[in-house]
Order: sequence, then C-alpha cells, then structure tokens
Amino acid sequence: MTTFNSKIPEGVVAEKWDNYKNHQKLVNPANKRKLDIIVVGSGLAGGAAAASFGELGFNVKCFAYQDSPRRAHSIAAQGGINAAKNYTNDGDSIYRLFYDTVKGGDYRARESNVYRLAQVSNSIIDQCVAQGVPFARDYGGLLDNRSFGGAQVSRTFYAKGQTGQQLLLGAYSALSRQIGKGTVKMYNRTEMMDVVVIDGKCRGIVTRNMVTGEIDAHFGHAVVLATGGYGNVFFLSTNAMGSNGSAAWKAYKRGAYFANPCYVQIHPTCIPVHGEFQSKLTLMSESLRNDGRVWAPKRKEDAEAIRAGKLKPQDIPDEQRDFYLERRYPAFGNLVPRDVASRAAKERCDAGFGVESGEAVYLDFKYAIDRLGRNVVEARYGNLFQMYEKITDQNPYETPMMIYPAIHYTMGGLWVDYELQTTIPGLFAAGEANFSDHGANRLGASALMQGLADGYFVLPYTVQNYLADELHTPRMDEKSEPFEKAVAEVKNHINKLMSIKGSQSADTFHKKLGKVMWEHVGMARNKEGLQKAINELTQIKEEFWKDVKIPGSADDLNPELEKANRVADFIELGELMARDALAREESCGGHFRTEHRTEEGEALRHDDDFAYVGAWEYAGENQDPNMHKEDLKFEFCKLNQRNYK
Amino acid sequence: MANVFSYSIGRKLLMSLSGLFLIMFLFVHLTVNSFLLLDPVFGTQEGDMFNAGVHFMTMNPLIKIIEPILFGGFILHVLYSIVLTIQNMRARGSAVYASGNKTSDVEWSSKNMFVLGIALGAFLVIHLIQFWIKMKFTGDPLLADTTFSYFGVQTTGHNAYALVHEAFQIPWVIVAYVVGGIALAFHISHGFWSALHTVGFSNNIWLYRLQTLSTVLAWIIGLGFCTIALVQYAFYPLS
Amino acid sequence: MSEQHKGLNLTLKVWRQKGPKEKGHFETYSLQNISPDSSFLEMMDVLNEQLVTEDKEPIAFDHDCREGICGMCSLYINGRAHGPDEDITTCQLHMRKFKDGETITVEPWRSAGFPVIKDLIVDRGAFDKIMAAGGFVSVNTGGIPDANAIPISKDKADEAMDAASCIGCGACVATCKNGSAMLFVSAKVSQLALLPQGKIEAARRAKAMVAKMDEVGFGNCTNTGACEVECPKGISIANIARLNREFLKAKIQD
Repeated sequence: MTTFNSKIPEGVVAEKWDNYKNHQKLVNPANKRKLDIIVVGSGLAGGAAAASFGELGFNVKCFAYQDSPRRAHSIAAQGGINAAKNYTNDGDSIYRLFYDTVKGGDYRARESNVYRLAQVSNSIIDQCVAQGVPFARDYGGLLDNRSFGGAQVSRTFYAKGQTGQQLLLGAYSALSRQIGKGTVKMYNRTEMMDVVVIDGKCRGIVTRNMVTGEIDAHFGHAVVLATGGYGNVFFLSTNAMGSNGSAAWKAYKRGAYFANPCYVQIHPTCIPVHGEFQSKLTLMSESLRNDGRVWAPKRKEDAEAIRAGKLKPQDIPDEQRDFYLERRYPAFGNLVPRDVASRAAKERCDAGFGVESGEAVYLDFKYAIDRLGRNVVEARYGNLFQMYEKITDQNPYETPMMIYPAIHYTMGGLWVDYELQTTIPGLFAAGEANFSDHGANRLGASALMQGLADGYFVLPYTVQNYLADELHTPRMDEKSEPFEKAVAEVKNHINKLMSIKGSQSADTFHKKLGKVMWEHVGMARNKEGLQKAINELTQIKEEFWKDVKIPGSADDLNPELEKANRVADFIELGELMARDALAREESCGGHFRTEHRTEEGEALRHDDDFAYVGAWEYAGENQDPNMHKEDLKFEFCKLNQRNYK
Repeated sequence: MANVFSYSIGRKLLMSLSGLFLIMFLFVHLTVNSFLLLDPVFGTQEGDMFNAGVHFMTMNPLIKIIEPILFGGFILHVLYSIVLTIQNMRARGSAVYASGNKTSDVEWSSKNMFVLGIALGAFLVIHLIQFWIKMKFTGDPLLADTTFSYFGVQTTGHNAYALVHEAFQIPWVIVAYVVGGIALAFHISHGFWSALHTVGFSNNIWLYRLQTLSTVLAWIIGLGFCTIALVQYAFYPLS
Repeated sequence: MSEQHKGLNLTLKVWRQKGPKEKGHFETYSLQNISPDSSFLEMMDVLNEQLVTEDKEPIAFDHDCREGICGMCSLYINGRAHGPDEDITTCQLHMRKFKDGETITVEPWRSAGFPVIKDLIVDRGAFDKIMAAGGFVSVNTGGIPDANAIPISKDKADEAMDAASCIGCGACVATCKNGSAMLFVSAKVSQLALLPQGKIEAARRAKAMVAKMDEVGFGNCTNTGACEVECPKGISIANIARLNREFLKAKIQD
C-alpha cells in the first residue's frame, strides 16, 4: 500500500528542479475548479500554499486551530529569512546556500531538496516584497542584510526582530485575498482529527469544530499537512501553547512514514525555567550572541554562592569567569552553531557551574557596553532587553542575562519524497511538519525560507502533478460510508477520552512526559537513558488512558479535551523519538549520543552506517514500528566533520 | 463621491467641517466681543466700538449670506453628533466593563465631547434668548437707537452695548458665561485637532503640533468669552 | 529569580459565560501563593488546574504563542485591555504588577463587533473579514520582478514596518469607547499605502476596508486615542489620519 521512493529527478543537482517542472503534468484552468485541495495549517507553508492554490484556480479548504490564520506560530520567528541573492556582493550563491544548509544539517539532509530550496529562496524575497512585506532597507532604498550563524556571508533578510510576523502577514494577506474571492474557504478554530484514506489514497480529513464540538468529514482530491513541529512533546519549549504533533501523528497511524523523529533543535539562548508553574519558554534572539559573551563561574564555590543568593555575578572578577565557548572554540567563539552552544552550556551546568537554579549560564553585555557604549547596545538590542526585563524583572544593562538552552524546532517530521508527498498518495506535508531540508540541525533563518519555499514554489507544482491524474475522480459525498466510518472512529476516540474520568489533568501528564523527554531524549542521550525513557513512556501512556480527567463536555468549547487529545499523541510520538534516537548509534546535529563523541567531547558521526533517513512505519497499536532506511547520497557536497575550533 | 456620507469617515467629515466652520464663526464673534474691552483702551465713548462692530455684522451682506449657512452647519453638527453617538453606543454593545476604564493619558474632553456639546447647547439657548432673539426679532427698550462712530462716520444704530452691559451685571449670567466658556474651551481643545485629523491633515509630527495648537486656540476662545463677561461685571457696573 | 518575593494571595473575579447566547456572570475565586515571577496566564493556568481538581469546568481563554506576537490573548484586566502594564499583551503581563491581597477583575473584550463565544473568549472574525475585503496587494505567486527593482526610502519602509507590527489582537476595539476598529484598519491601509507596491490599489483598498469595517458593526472613531495607549505594539493614531486621507482622496475621485 505504501511506496518508498524519493522520486528524485534525473540530472545534476542544479538542473533537477527545472527538469521536474519541464516534464511534470499540469491541469488546465477549467479543470482546476473541479479539484478540491485541503490545506491543514495556515502558517508560512500552509498559508502560502492555500493562497497559491487559490490563485491557480483550485477549490481550497484551509483549516486552523486558532481563531484566525494570522496567528500560526510562524509569526514568532524573530531573526530573518535566508536567500542567495548575493546583494551584498560577498560571494554568496545558490550553491553556497545549498552547501551551508547541507553542512549545517550535519550531512543528514537530502541534497536534491536542499538545492531546490536554495534555488527558490530568491523568488521568495521577490514575492514577499511584492506583497508589501516591509523588510529592512538601507538609506539607498535597497534591501538590507545581516549575517547569521553557520554562514560566512550576509544573506539574511529581516524586518526588525519580527521577520516571521511580517512574512506570515504577507502570506495571510495573500490568503485573505483568496478568501475574499471565494477560492479558499477558511475554517478557523477547527482541528484536524484524522485523515481519510480510501483505496490507498488520501481523500480527506475529519475535523472537530472547537467551538461546537461537531465532528465533520471534508473531502479533498489532495490533502496538505502544514501543521508545524512537535517540540511541545517536551512540554516546555519555545513553541506556542497550541502547537502539536497530532495531525502528523494521525497521518503516521494511517500509513505515512515518520522520518528522523529524534532530530530536535535546542536553542542555546532562552530565558531559563523559573518555576513549576512555567508554561513555555521564551527565546532570546540568536543575534544577541554577536555582542554578548557567554560565561559561567570558573570556581564551583562561586557558582554555589550565586545559587545561594550570596554573591552577585557582577562581583566576580574577569579572571574568575570561564568564557567557555571562547575557550573551547576560539575560531567561532560565541557564534558557534546552536547545537554546539547548547551542549556546551549543558556541560558546564552538569559539571556544577550553573547559576540560578543550576540550569543557567550568563550572557554578558558588560563588555559590549564598555566597548560600544550603552547607546549603541540599546539601539541594537533595546527591544530584546526590554522583553527580558518584563519577564525576569532584571536589568540586563546592569546584570548579565541568564540563559539556558530550550527546545525550539523539530527537524524530523513526516517522510516526504521530492514532491513533498508522504507515503500515502495524495497526502502532502510541508514546512516544519515534513522532515526534508534541514537534516540533523537547522541553520538560523532557514525555517522561514523552507516554509515559504514549500508553500509558494514547490507544492503548487507538485500537487498539480498529482492532481493531473485525479481529474476523473468525482467529488465524494462526505456522508458516504468511508467518511462516516472515519467520523465514527474519531467520535469513539473522543468518547473514550471523555469517559476515563480519572483524577489527573492533561497538563499533569504533559509535564510528566516533558520531564522524561528532557532528561533522556533531550540534549544528551544514551542507550540506557533511552531505554528507560521508552519504559517510562509506556507507563505514562497506560496511566494516561486510565486516569486522565477531562471536565466539561465534548459538545462544547473544551480546552481540556483539546489538550488531552494532543497529549495522548505526544506520549506516543515521544516514544517513537526515543526509539529513533536509540537506533541512531551516532551523534549528528541536534542528536547527541554520549557514547559517540570525539576525545574533546564533540559530536561524532558515523557516515558509513548512518548516512540515511530513518523513516518509521506504524505497525499497529502496541506493536513495534518498522524502520525503513532512505540512503542519503552526497554527490555534490563532500562529507566532512564539522569543525568550529 | 455622492455616497461618501454613508461611510463612517464621511459622516465624521461632516462633523469635522461643520465644527471647523463653527470655530471660524466663534473667532469672528470673539473679535466683535473683544471691542467691549477696547473702548476704554482707545478712550472712545462707552460702547462705541462694540456698537459699530455689531452694526457691521448686521449690515454686511456677506454676513447675511453666511448666517443661514452657519445655522445649517450648527444643525448638521448637532444632528450628526446624535447619529454618531447612537451608532457608537450600538457598536460598543450592551455589556459594560465591570472594572471600568482605567486607560490613562487619554484627553478628558475627547471622551466627553457629547456631554460638553449638550452643555454648550444649553448655554446657547440662554445666550440666544438674551441677545440674538431680542436683536433679531423681538427688540428691547435697551436697544433703542444710539449714535456711534462707524469707520469714522457718525452713524445711528441699535445700542447693542446697553443690552450686553445690563445682562453682564447679573451674577447667574456671569456664572453661565464662565461655565459656557470653559466648556467651549474643552470642546474645542479636542475638536479642533480631531477635525483636522479626520480630514486627513495630520501625521506623526503634526499630530502633536496640532494638539498643542488646538489647546492654545481653545483656551483663547473659551477664556476670551469668559474674561470679557467677567471684566464687564467687575469693572463696568451700571452707572 | 527572586527568592525575596513571597507568593501572592489573590481574589479573582472572572467573567463566566457558557455560550454566546447564555447570560454571563462574575464568579469569584481565591488563589494562594502565586509567584510574582509567573505570568498572568500562568496564574490562570494554576487557577484552571485548581478548578479541574475541584471538578469544576476551567475558564476558557484565548492564548497561544505566549510571547506577545500572535495576538491571540485578549483579556481585559482591572479596567485595561491587556492589563496594568505598558506595551505588552496579556501573556507578557507578570504577576509582580499586582499586590498581595489584591482583587483582580478579568473580563472578555467587550464590543458588539466581538461577541463572546465562551467565558473570556470572543469572536474576532470581523477583523479577518475586513482583511479579506482589501488588506492585501493583488499579486499572484510568481512572475515577480527582482526585490530590489523598486527602491523604497528607508523612512517610508520603517514607517510601514511600524504600522505593520499590528498583531490584530483587538485591544484597540476593546478599549475604544466607540467600539471602533479604525486603528486596526488604518495600520494595514497605512502599511500598504506607504509602499509603492501597495500604492497602486490604495484607493480601492481604503474604500473596501472602510466599507467592510462599517458593515461588520464597528463604531465611528472620535480620535480619543485610547487605542494607541493600550495597543501592545504602540501603533500611532497618526495612521488613522492617513486612513482618513486615503479614504477621502479615493472618494473625491469617484
């Protein structure tokens, strides 16, 4: 029933996408109206795709769990979006962006997809400017660029510290235009509960209206999942409260493979956890590491005194400060990639040099203020400092910022081929929801690029190629037997949840899950811990299905039911992540196995055995899933050990 | 263009234009009133300049044309204030915030334009009964013809001064004029810049300039009217 | 971060309403030992957890990103949209802004344009309708000239960015005594009118968005400026003047 062919077009890497487009099948304008496309999610990937499909003339239904498509979590991205425009004349090119992305991903991404991403990156900037996205400009009126981690060129376009917001609002405005025209029908406050697979092809979805509790079926000739990542498995992350992995998980359970679930990006500069009540973590932009110096106390007794509140960080003299990033990585210093910086912070804290709760290090602007003056620092980072002060009540101009790594992004996701099609024909996955472009680690400012590339410039072609063969599939009755059956299954699932009537809230389970995941499937993993995690997760799952407590009714707006439904999936997804991490006996990118490191403690890849994508196939309730390997061939990038020393 | 007034901004445009027009009229009115203070300054006969000013206003053909327009503008301003207020109450909805509204830094007058308008309306009734109706329609013994210098020519006309002079000796009238003047100042301090804002004449920089100008202008007009009444009461008792 | 702070004991008066057509009422809850370092919504989480334990239905409220950018959170707290702090959304409000023993009143956005769905959740779909009427530049995906083909002055681009930072939370409407959505509409119209890309259809856009704004039942702006004070992104009412200008300019040409 499932196929496992990555369908990479022939030719050298630079010509693959053109070859594809030149030979793909098209649908004529009159026929487009007869074809329905469902898009789940309204972020950069989903919003852009839905708008583009609408413009082409397809009949589109778009779904979002928020009250408006403009709220998708793409909006929270701060830094910027990469493109190979080479406006700065500093030697950038499509090839270089491609190469940096493959290398940054620790050689675990599919070359052909990444090359296409780099190719369309330039069109994204053009498109966004045409939509009225107010990118930063120089006095000459042309677009400005800044540099980001993992690159030696300045290729990042930005709009203040709100690039994600502006790009999303651009996509949202394009989507709004189509909604106004009637080509896209928007379903807000509607959550996808399942995908409908008929005769091996995806034919629609089942949704729950989050206001009325109604369960409905929707038919589509093709379905696109653009539902984001699953970072909230860890409970605490920089993701939005509602971000969830359920749509992808339901697809997995219906036969779509789930690829590289263990690849999780941990962002080094987040505000540390400060209490049991904490609901989410706040990111401090990567740009801060341009001028801030990261340190921990050199002496354990100093760290202890700070933790006990007897010593202030300002009072520790420079010679007693350990600038551990500068010490370990003199070449890149404070600007090492995210995974490296995160692990180094954890190493210090684990060794007993952490401050505050023991899980925090300092990001100090004293030196920048001495060097540049307070005004310059304020002009560069004023809004971030203000944000930090609002949250922590500490003034970062006077006392160093405290930071600690936090879960930020998931590189893994639904396995897709070159066309972004999952192993279920007719079911596509885009943006963070798929696994395709970032390998084992994502570079800064590349998530926005990928979401928009998929939505604006890839799916409109590849979905059309699929739909060209669906012209003769008539619209199906949503009341017909297969849809009714799917609806009944969802209703059963909800009834089952509602009827548990246990004693612990969904959040309680979510926190338990998060603890296990952070401890054993977090920044540093090992065989023993992962096995332990799998056992603990099995217990949590069992307990959940016996003891979760959901007040209220299923026929009403019920946030507790929504949470419970998502947590149920997160628990299973967490287990798959642990399995994947266990199977990958190497360290690469965001996946760090303590058994596999160099003598200096750096990540050690094993390219001979693990240069593959691990795609997991669901085998049934309480059955071990099967892993399929898609071998990664590096024809155009030479495999190298990353070195930032 | 024709249906511009069926849009919210169009309706507000009517409020703005009529308001600006009324402010212009007030300036003229204040100028004539200020003549009450000028006689002593120039050493002319009591009420000479004021009577001449009133004569000018009643005889000038231009004023005759503008008068009905002014009246129309006033009616428009009142009617649309009612329409807009009702619409706004409807848009606000029936539910009221139990915790009230504690937003700071909001002009008091901007939130109370309608109330201020009602106060001004009440004042206007008194004002019109006292002067305008008498001068225009019913007449009054005090208005008996007198002579004054009109552009250097001795002319005979109504003794408007006598009417005003007497009225400004009554304490409650003075109180009404002071209250009316202050209400007017508050009304205009928001009204002027707001009107310009509504016709689109404002931006980041001019917004604050206009707000300042608006305040200055408003208090010149408002305090001008009260001061004249107070000076009359305090320094020029009936002989 | 601050061991010196001790927990707050609070009384909460929260608006509860079963559904859009039901009658709502205030319910009073007491909360003990709330960390001053927790955010307002984390305090609400604690309260909800407490309600779940007591077999009561938790309070429904909108929230998502919890970092002040998605625009989903929407509470009217002690007489102010987004509560007693400047330039923040409710999710960025922290409990250290409250005193021990304080009574906090929490209400939904109130405006005819934002009907209550449940408890503290309101329907802001009217904003989406206004956007669908004209809040865009009519370009399709692809076939676009190079991004640097049209230079845009930095001042204009920055001004457009300031207007574009609107998060569509609806605090402007919630706090406006007239229930007017002019700040929201003017921010979008301004952003696009300031840029050459959007200028081409500026007239059409201004008319369409104002017409839709009137149609969905928002009030008439009286330039009170409360919206600007409560706007978490500090969007200036100078944008409203620009909207007026754009609209009147467009209508004069009709």
